[in-house]
Amino acid sequence: MYGALRANDGVDFTVRWGEVHALLGENGAGKTTLMNVVYGLTKSDHGEVLLDGRPVQISGPIDAIRLGIGMVHQHFMLIPPLTVAENVVLGHETARRGVMDLDQARRDVGELARRHGLEVDAGARVADLSVGMQQRVEILKALYRGARVLVLDEPTAVLTPPEAERLFEVVHQLTASGAAVIFITHKLGEVMAVADRITVMRRGKVVATTAPTDSSPAELARLMVGRPVLLRVEKGTAHPGDAVLRIEALTVDDDRHQVAVDHVSLDVRAGEIVGIAGVEGNGQDHLIEAILGLRHPRQGRILLGSADITHDSTRRVLIAGVGHIPADRHSMGVIADLNVADNLILSDYDRPPFARGILRQLTAVLQHAKRVIRAFDIRAESPEQPLASLSGGNQQKVVVARELDSDPRVLVASQPTRGVDVGSIEFIHQQLVRRRDEGMAVLLVSSELDEILSLSDRVAVMYRGRMVAVLEGDQIESERIGLLMAGAAA
Amino acid sequence: MNGADLRALSGRLLLPLFSVLLGLAAGAVAVVLAGANPLDAYGALFQGAFTTRNAFTETLVATIPYVFLGLSVAIGFRAGLFNIGGQGQLLLGGIFAAFVGYSVAGLPAIVHVPVALLAGMLGGFLWGAIPGILKARTGAHEVITTIMLNYVAAGLLDFLVNRGPMADPHRAIPQTPAMLPSATLPIIVPGSRLHLGLFLALLAVPVVWFLVERTTIGFRIRAVGLNATAARASGISVAWTMVTVMGISGALAGLAGAVEVLGVSGVLTPSLASGLAFDAIAVALLAGSNPFAILPSAFLFGALRSGASFMQLQTQVSTDLISVVQAAVIVFVAAPMLVRLIFRLRATPSAPVRITAGGLGATPPEEGAA
Repeated sequence: MYGALRANDGVDFTVRWGEVHALLGENGAGKTTLMNVVYGLTKSDHGEVLLDGRPVQISGPIDAIRLGIGMVHQHFMLIPPLTVAENVVLGHETARRGVMDLDQARRDVGELARRHGLEVDAGARVADLSVGMQQRVEILKALYRGARVLVLDEPTAVLTPPEAERLFEVVHQLTASGAAVIFITHKLGEVMAVADRITVMRRGKVVATTAPTDSSPAELARLMVGRPVLLRVEKGTAHPGDAVLRIEALTVDDDRHQVAVDHVSLDVRAGEIVGIAGVEGNGQDHLIEAILGLRHPRQGRILLGSADITHDSTRRVLIAGVGHIPADRHSMGVIADLNVADNLILSDYDRPPFARGILRQLTAVLQHAKRVIRAFDIRAESPEQPLASLSGGNQQKVVVARELDSDPRVLVASQPTRGVDVGSIEFIHQQLVRRRDEGMAVLLVSSELDEILSLSDRVAVMYRGRMVAVLEGDQIESERIGLLMAGAAA
Repeated sequence: MNGADLRALSGRLLLPLFSVLLGLAAGAVAVVLAGANPLDAYGALFQGAFTTRNAFTETLVATIPYVFLGLSVAIGFRAGLFNIGGQGQLLLGGIFAAFVGYSVAGLPAIVHVPVALLAGMLGGFLWGAIPGILKARTGAHEVITTIMLNYVAAGLLDFLVNRGPMADPHRAIPQTPAMLPSATLPIIVPGSRLHLGLFLALLAVPVVWFLVERTTIGFRIRAVGLNATAARASGISVAWTMVTVMGISGALAGLAGAVEVLGVSGVLTPSLASGLAFDAIAVALLAGSNPFAILPSAFLFGALRSGASFMQLQTQVSTDLISVVQAAVIVFVAAPMLVRLIFRLRATPSAPVRITAGGLGATPPEEGAA
């Protein structure tokens, strides 16, 4: 049997017609690079891509589309103010004497959607659709262009668990009709659930091709990382003390003056990890920004110990003892073009020993960096190298090290392990648990349910700006949380 | 310095160098189209800028304001701000300095000159801080507000010297009284117009470098310029930093105005240093906002400016050629890909290529991808 699509040399990867082939690997393992070669976005030095056994030249997405290869990127490439139909036919419009035939487009797209079980209103504006629906539009776009090989890059990253389930159904329907689906992911659970075969990549190489029936999550994790991995964090019971961070009936608006956080109340006590579960965009970011003084709340109070920090500046909040690991490392956590040492003192740059008056004390900055780099095992050649030259995992370790080294009373950790290799995830999780045991209050926000489940002593679920439930002990259960995240009543 | 550093340095030097060459080439094309010989034109330009003692000192005189103004634009760039208001800030600097220069009598030169220069810096600082405050408070874009304030400054100057409170009552043409001798910048090469401003310019470069690279203010400026969101998240006041940097930028432009009044013209007229601040944007771009690189960059623009009239006299090629060359240089500096393509330079990778196995990784993977 021919492989439907095959990328050759060094990396040997074959997907067959009618199968879901998971491409599994850590960040930076080369999954996306490999698929960019297939989609013509990256050129390979040598090797070839074979389609139906014949070598093909793919020097750009246009070639890929012509050959029936479609890609759904992690970040959607849609134009929000346009309708579903307009987005789908974009670049392939049917026109009558130069005038776009929108009715025809709407009919075609509707028909295509029905045929593949991808129900979506072809006349709706993309801006009004949920993320799950927008993803369907992306898939429709690929199908409309005649894709028979569909590459999905981390497709579940932005979905609720129920939405992910529906995506799996769609994927199976596509393969049942003969298409080949390449499913890029780093999540072990979903590989086991959706894939017919699995190719594991590590450091740019394929290390194994297997099937869910012949493997196990632990085995796949070992293949991904190259050594056995603890999938569960080892932690004892928490011994919480007094509430350190109190959020009282907090209401926060977004930039468009819509309520983003709706009367949220929550205590985080010393020595416990409180996890906030929720699909991204349900108010978590706004809540955190309000705590940090980056956004002014409309109502309610935030107390740190007995001090009211509701309207304090970010600087004062940080000095008062709040540490922050931001969700988006690139935009908020680090300044990539500054060196590692400077990134380790981003909020302390003007205080002794790092400055005397307005004069920076670069010797002290470097010494501090050397110590922290050792203590947190950051893989950097020199404290003076640009932060951008570190791997994603090590960049994140710089953020974690900076925040933990200053010994905050409360640590607000948002997506602390996003885009980080499994080895670093393990390290960061251990650090969080250790600090909890030493009495730090930790507020953890994560859209990875597994992370919430394995770290949290209590779990709060946010849905549409409201705290819909706070669960403790054996109430903390993945199915229940998944339903709450999707808006089911508590 | 190891090999990689050297390569990086030569990469940083080659690009501006080639941009200048391409700019001159573009100018040559314009000369040919105008029916003249580009070699003659550039020969005369060179002669007019360098070959006599007078030509060379005039080139240095023209270089001086470009240094201050180039630094002014560059420090704005470092904070991610585009200060196009150099002209207005320069005029305010000229107004403040001129007022001190002609009206405060009885001071020894050693006091009068610094006071007049500081007054010029203050004028520029205030004029620069206004768009900074507007940006910080209301988000008004500095490109718009600084351009608008240029007109306001020009109008203000016109009002002041054209039969206004600063006009010389004994003269029909609009200008202030002459600067007092005690406020005039001393000439450093006898028989030329080359004044003390040259030393001030040479001093300003390391001072600005030190400010940006070695002080907490400079750290704030760079942090905000490189990633304002992260700077804000780590407690840096982005708004306050913008006001500071616009003020500093304005003070440098104001210093340029002060130096021109006290060192070159000796009176303040409405046409003070016209057009210089816009050239300075090119000076800063060509220098990649590096304070030390401002010196050669300003020198080049000074030479073009000072050689131009001799060229026009000798070859009848219009001084407008200089504008063509400057514009083309900016285009090439702003389009490094184009320059690399023409000279087949390799791009210096910003991050090490991470995936090398298996013949993949011809280009580095996108940040955070995979």
